[in-house]
Amino acid sequence: MNFAVLQFPGSNCDQDVVHVLRNVLGRSARLVWHKDSSLGGADAVVIPGGFSYGDYLRTGAIARFSAVMGAVQTFASHGGLVLGICNGFQILCEAGLLPGTLIRNRSIQFRCENVFLKAVTADSPFVNRIPSEKLVRLPIAHNEGCYFTDEKTLANLKAKKQILLRYVDAAGEATEAANPNGSLENIAGVCNEMRNVAGLMPHPERASELLLGGVDGRLVFESMIHALQTKQAASVSQVTN
Amino acid sequence: MTEPAITPELVRRHNLTPEEHEKARRVLGRELRYTELGIFSVMWSEHCSYKNSRSLLKMLPTGSPKILVGAGEENAGIIDIGDGLAIAFKIESHNHPSAVEPFQGAATGVGGIIRDIITMGARPICSLNSLRFGPITDEATGIAGISPFSLPETEGEERNPSCLIPQSGTLKPQSFINSRRLFRDVVAGIAHYGNCFGIPNVAGEVQFDKSYEGNPLVNVLCLGVLRHEQIAHGLASGIGNPVFYVGPATGRDGLAGAAFASQDLTEESAAHQRGAVQVGDPFMEKLLCEACLELLATGAVAGIQDMGAAGLTCATCETAARAETGIEIELAKVPQREPDMSAYEIMLSESQERMLLIVKRGREDEVKRIFEKWDLPWAEIGRVTDTGRMVVRNRGEVVADIPAKKLADESPVYEREAREPAWLKTTRAFTLAGIKDTQDPASALKSLLSWPAIASKNWVYRQYDYMVRNGTVVCPGSDAAVLRIKDDSLPSVSAAADAQPATRKKLEKFIALTVDGNSTYVCLDPYEGGKIVVAEAARNLACAGARPLGTTDNLNFGNPHNPEIFWQLRESVRGMAEACRVLNAPVTGGNVSLYNQSPNGPIDPTPTVAMVGLIDQAAHITTQWFKDEGDVIILLGKAIAPNDPLQGLGGSAYLRRIHSLKTGTPPRCDLEKEAELHLALRALIYSGVVKSAHDCSEGGLAVALAECCISQQTARNTPRLIGAQVDLAGVVLPLSEGSPALRLDGLLFGETQGRILISSAAADAVKVISRAKILDVSATQIGIVGGDSLEIKSAGSGLSCSLVELHDLWWNSIARVMN
Repeated sequence: MNFAVLQFPGSNCDQDVVHVLRNVLGRSARLVWHKDSSLGGADAVVIPGGFSYGDYLRTGAIARFSAVMGAVQTFASHGGLVLGICNGFQILCEAGLLPGTLIRNRSIQFRCENVFLKAVTADSPFVNRIPSEKLVRLPIAHNEGCYFTDEKTLANLKAKKQILLRYVDAAGEATEAANPNGSLENIAGVCNEMRNVAGLMPHPERASELLLGGVDGRLVFESMIHALQTKQAASVSQVTN
Repeated sequence: MTEPAITPELVRRHNLTPEEHEKARRVLGRELRYTELGIFSVMWSEHCSYKNSRSLLKMLPTGSPKILVGAGEENAGIIDIGDGLAIAFKIESHNHPSAVEPFQGAATGVGGIIRDIITMGARPICSLNSLRFGPITDEATGIAGISPFSLPETEGEERNPSCLIPQSGTLKPQSFINSRRLFRDVVAGIAHYGNCFGIPNVAGEVQFDKSYEGNPLVNVLCLGVLRHEQIAHGLASGIGNPVFYVGPATGRDGLAGAAFASQDLTEESAAHQRGAVQVGDPFMEKLLCEACLELLATGAVAGIQDMGAAGLTCATCETAARAETGIEIELAKVPQREPDMSAYEIMLSESQERMLLIVKRGREDEVKRIFEKWDLPWAEIGRVTDTGRMVVRNRGEVVADIPAKKLADESPVYEREAREPAWLKTTRAFTLAGIKDTQDPASALKSLLSWPAIASKNWVYRQYDYMVRNGTVVCPGSDAAVLRIKDDSLPSVSAAADAQPATRKKLEKFIALTVDGNSTYVCLDPYEGGKIVVAEAARNLACAGARPLGTTDNLNFGNPHNPEIFWQLRESVRGMAEACRVLNAPVTGGNVSLYNQSPNGPIDPTPTVAMVGLIDQAAHITTQWFKDEGDVIILLGKAIAPNDPLQGLGGSAYLRRIHSLKTGTPPRCDLEKEAELHLALRALIYSGVVKSAHDCSEGGLAVALAECCISQQTARNTPRLIGAQVDLAGVVLPLSEGSPALRLDGLLFGETQGRILISSAAADAVKVISRAKILDVSATQIGIVGGDSLEIKSAGSGLSCSLVELHDLWWNSIARVMN
């Protein structure tokens, strides 16, 4: 199982994702340079956090035009798993691979802290390992993390169960006080209609080792691994049949 | 283009004295050209030459077998941390630019120090900052037990030192609105640069005092990691080697910033020098960092230096001086942002994110390939010569020709006159006779916890990405930050090696970092205060389970031509030097920032000290908050120092906050005792019996206890509160005969030095106390962890506070002021 971790100029969580995939979860992970137009036979793609191209103009606005994003578009259209974390989420929205947009935090300040989250669905390759009742604790670190979209898209997201994670308080309620950035309906992560592309504002790679204070982030990567294994098993059984 | 003639007026405007001008003429054997005048003025500014402080800096201990690159040798010091690894770190100030343009001033301060670390060949892995501003609230909201104590004015003073100004009721709303603006923008600037670059900002300190009004302090530290064989040098070595410029084009921004930093800050200078503040681009810096580290791994680089203060001037002459070679550059080849820039402007520009590289001849193509990969502008601008001279041409015409070593190393050195300020007699004469003991300790505790100087700084650090790079083990909010060093903390050996998963033994090391600087103590007693600044940093490291490796200091003072300020500088350096020696924390470099004065007068003398320590095992990492109900609370060190008539209240936060007084003799610091205390704490931590450790500093025992109960944060809006039941009735005052009785305010809020609060499992309590005593450290069980309140009993009195209330005051006070 091979993960491709994209590297844009200005990516700064690229090594962190590679570290967790390789050294914590024992998977193969490779950095793919933004000028490459091939993903080199990856089974899944992670677009890490950072400030791609300095995030000038608008977060993710320039990265979407890079050579590697062309390859990601094709990969995603064939059902490949693509996870965008933080700036990766912003890039996927700009690229039209995910609905909605991420705007400036309502506080008008960068916000770095741990937040509580709850999975809204288990029907996703990105959160299938998160029990619905579990209070998940992950860090956020962003300036533009306020998820926003029009009413129609929001209704559609809900109808098709595309909301993956919501910010909640210690009691598990999606209150306004629990919302760190002003996101619509406390949305912290969404997926596309095909369910194979997802974006999260929280950083699962920063919460995958006990030493750093928590391991809830592993659940996201383990969900992806589980989905890939299931898919592989299915294709093997198809071949044998 | 005709250049201005060198007149005495022009020399004066360059901040050079007639004697310095004469010395420069002697170096050249002729009159200076205009560009040369600019070059001498920046190289011989205090910022670049330390001409007023060099004689004092010699007092600081700078030797240790572990030091691989020592103070003053290169852009930053380097210390061995074992297993072939090393750390490079340094603190630097950006005070004047931040006063004029706080956002960009602070942002470029971060950028500058990150580049210093990159030039050592290290990968930057974290930053810290120490900030000072004028008060952001009306200080008079303290609950004064008596009316503000007014002190007599001393005759013949140029300005009132801040300690003689009543601390309350003198602030106009306008002044704290301005201080809030500076505070908000400085923090936003640091956040902007560090977050975008991707460096975790893991610790820091912020203090507010009237003396910083209009002259904020912004000191930033960066630390990087490297292997011993990866150490790079700022050397123009190898005659004939080409000199490369890399980074964005040179503009007119930041012209002569180093010279600007070396003069008093006035309305006029600020308006005039606004153009001296540079504009930072953290994205460019990130590219520059990755490209330089990739390039250094190829072995094609002979020398590297950033263009920071004094820009191209400093980079060329220092690299040539260090290598004892010469350097020749052609300015027409330097990328320029604007047309018609003069030689003077190009040489003195402080445009950001630029590096100078000396490349091994024949390997230019490797360099070009890597710059092109990272889309970085570059140019080959000159070569290394054997002439010992720095020769600058502009379209072929020589505009500067100066012996590099004389320019870089032979700046004037001054031994300034020093005189103890007369007003210290008044502050030393202070007694507690007129101050009624506290009648309401609970209110005093609440007042202290909500005071911006003591309140939680989460409003600040939640704006910094303190977790990026997956190395922050102890986040901001404990006594010291703890960082994990792992394989990807290091610069790559080669691109090919990086593509392969690591096959070597997994690398894991832990370092602890802290930055401290109680300027009130230094103001009231520079020598003792200097000792305390260092001792507190070392104590914070010990509380995290670390032993000190080295120190970097930033000396922020007023105008050294004032003998009283020079005396403060000399005495505090003397105190710091002694403490660094006794506590085994040699100085590996630092920064001096003088002329920190606004029209209201000089700042309080503010040496800030950052210390880095090593933690041997993950199991030794210790945090400040209480862990479990039923644990016992033990005080290491004596509750009150013998023979302190002020019972620890001299210069205390309590006197400042509650009585609006900044006066008295600060507590004494017994360095030998301090060293024994740190040693004992580490020994206890290593034996696995310490669950939490917290240093007693500002606000004394009561504030430290409260912090142990309320400072752990699980997640947004979710503190972990855990109470404590404390009994201090057994504490007796070991005072000499005829001294006043033990005071409740002294006991609860006195700042006696050399005290640490620890907690242990009840079953280990006897072991802890007996071991501490074997190590000659006083240890007293003072309470039990548990409940939902903080209860402190003492003979006949005490306090009881709800944790929810204490937490709210401590956690939210700054946000309430700022939002």
